[in-house]
Amino acid sequence: MLRKHWIVLALMVTGVYACHKETMDIFAGFQKPANFPEPVYHFTTNPVTKDGFELGRKLFYDPLLSRNNTISCGSCHIQTSAFTHHGHDVSHGIDDRLGSRNSPAIMNLAWNPALMWDGGIFDLDLQPIAPVTNHVEMDETMENVLTKLKNSSVYPALFQRAFGSDEITTAKALKALSQFMLMCVSSNSKYDKVKRNENETFTADEQAGYQLVTQKCSPCHKEPLFTDNSFRNNGIAIGANDDKGRYMVTVTAGDEYKFKVPSLRNVELTAPYMHDGRFYTLDAVLDHYSSHIQQTPNLDPLLSAGIPLSAAEKTQIIAFLKTLTDREFTSNRLLSEQ
Amino acid sequence: MKRIFSIITASSLFLIACEKDVSSQYNPSASADLSVEFDHIAGGQNVLLGTTSYTNAAGESFTIDMLKYFVSNIKLTKTDGSEYVVPQDSSYFLVDESVSGANKIKLKVPEGEYKNISFVLGVDSLRNTMDISQRTGVLDPAGTAAGMYWSWNSGYIFFKMEGTSPQAPVDGTGNRKYRYHIGGFGGYSTPMFNNIKTITIDLTASGIAKIKTGRTPNIHLMVDVLKVLNGTTNVSIAANPTVMVSPYSVNIANNYVSMFSHDHTEN
Ligand code: HEC
Ligand code: HEC
Repeated sequence: MLRKHWIVLALMVTGVYACHKETMDIFAGFQKPANFPEPVYHFTTNPVTKDGFELGRKLFYDPLLSRNNTISCGSCHIQTSAFTHHGHDVSHGIDDRLGSRNSPAIMNLAWNPALMWDGGIFDLDLQPIAPVTNHVEMDETMENVLTKLKNSSVYPALFQRAFGSDEITTAKALKALSQFMLMCVSSNSKYDKVKRNENETFTADEQAGYQLVTQKCSPCHKEPLFTDNSFRNNGIAIGANDDKGRYMVTVTAGDEYKFKVPSLRNVELTAPYMHDGRFYTLDAVLDHYSSHIQQTPNLDPLLSAGIPLSAAEKTQIIAFLKTLTDREFTSNRLLSEQ
Repeated sequence: MKRIFSIITASSLFLIACEKDVSSQYNPSASADLSVEFDHIAGGQNVLLGTTSYTNAAGESFTIDMLKYFVSNIKLTKTDGSEYVVPQDSSYFLVDESVSGANKIKLKVPEGEYKNISFVLGVDSLRNTMDISQRTGVLDPAGTAAGMYWSWNSGYIFFKMEGTSPQAPVDGTGNRKYRYHIGGFGGYSTPMFNNIKTITIDLTASGIAKIKTGRTPNIHLMVDVLKVLNGTTNVSIAANPTVMVSPYSVNIANNYVSMFSHDHTEN
């Protein structure tokens, strides 16, 4: 009896200690997961440091970045939904192109060579300028954001710690935000653990689903990131607002209606789906691929005949897609608002 | 005869003196001031923002409410043919008709006589893709470049001209506006149109620039903005009230390369 209590107590102490250690001491910096390829982000011009990352995290969750101090990056990119805007098909506001798109996951961006659904932004460091200055998003100017940061009682010291001087510049603010976003790495799903032989195995359904996805959804949703980062038309009907996707960036007819292939990681948590959030369930997505492909301009040749799928196969695919859910990522305290 | 001789002697002496005088004045290892002025006109009229109406070749009348453009990558050629390239970190300017003083750019150039100036109208593709820490001064998206940068399609707007015209259709805000935002550096990973234009201006006919410490020579350029609309393509405001990231922008850029002419140099 007494002995049992002791053990419980000892376990509790260790547990508290472990927790404490995890949040306080361990900042390993950016690390490439063993089963991932080399990242494409330019770490040489922006190495991730603990202080830079923490400053970036604070900026990411700070509504100061919006005109009336109400909206932060975290408002539309919510951690528990893998940093998407769960439940919202498109971000608020109409008659503006950004307001017509679904907010994508802030996840594994170090491997993402072109941001936005149309790939219009080619450097993560330049990304925050778009939402900050967009009228339907944060409707603020970068200049004013810098002024607010300079006048704040906390930020100059945080910039000092992160960059060795309390001078607040566009480049530093943007680089700090990048450091936070680069650390949003999702690589601890059941799928990853199976692949890395970390004492996990697929069920029969998951295994069958895995086979189907590698046969039918690759090369577009290519392992291990589940995207090949290309721009393609997957045959969804042209939207009411006639969003031409990649064409808006390249102004090349062959790019009309192409959008960036999104990753399938954490897809269980990121509904609604597609660039305009038109599908609310994974069943609806699979029904689209099996029976509703539209012959629109530049439809990807891989999909010209659709992807025939039986009901059982759909169940198996969904079982597999759920193994891509990474709860360690969506609950990682390090990435949450502090 | 004697008289003629002495005249010749005198004048050749004078010529020699002149020559000598000039070359000995310059110290090529010293840098001195040079300004380049962009004097905006529309045909025969001065440009006055907002107030005056002008007429294009399509017969449409219009006002100019905003006029700005980037001038960068400046090069000067001496009368002896040697070239001076203004260093990258001091070679980007935003000419803005609405800001007093912002139609004159100031440079430091080695002393000497210059017969030619060339510059890029816009921002070169290298700067367009450079690390954010290299985008300071007029290229800082939080500063002067705020309205001259496409955040959703990363790249600088090279040239911006806006105004109203009774021939323009009513827009979403109830106004009859035209908006020409011209950019496009050729695309990052996928090729796109390239509206980067290099303008070269010969100064020999209307006055070379004599750059020397203590002087403030000014190359005075006339910039005829009617040529933005009138040229190889006569742009109709009614038909094209808004031109931004579209293939049509190439026509406007091809027009505006001819808007610069050298009027004179104040040495
Ligand atoms: C009002 C909602 C909203 C806010 C606020 C917002 N975003 Fe976004 N974000 C979006 C939408 C919508 C997109 C997709 C836009 C598109 O593709 O055209 C997006 C795209 C992105 C992307 C590209 C991801 C990818 O995979 O291509 C990044 C990175 C990003 N946002 C970061 C931020 C940062 C940093 C902030 C704060 C400075 C922020 N966002 C604020 C809605 C928002
Ligand atoms: C030809 C390439 C291609 C193939 C094959 C393909 N997809 Fe896609 N997928 C895309 C593109 C492109 C999009 C984004 C389209 C858009 O938003 O307009 C997309 C979007 C999705 C989305 C939405 C993700 C999100 O975050 O919004 C899911 C889920 C998805 N695909 C699952 C699958 C599955 C499962 C398969 C195989 C049965 C598959 N896809 C086959 C190209 C493809």
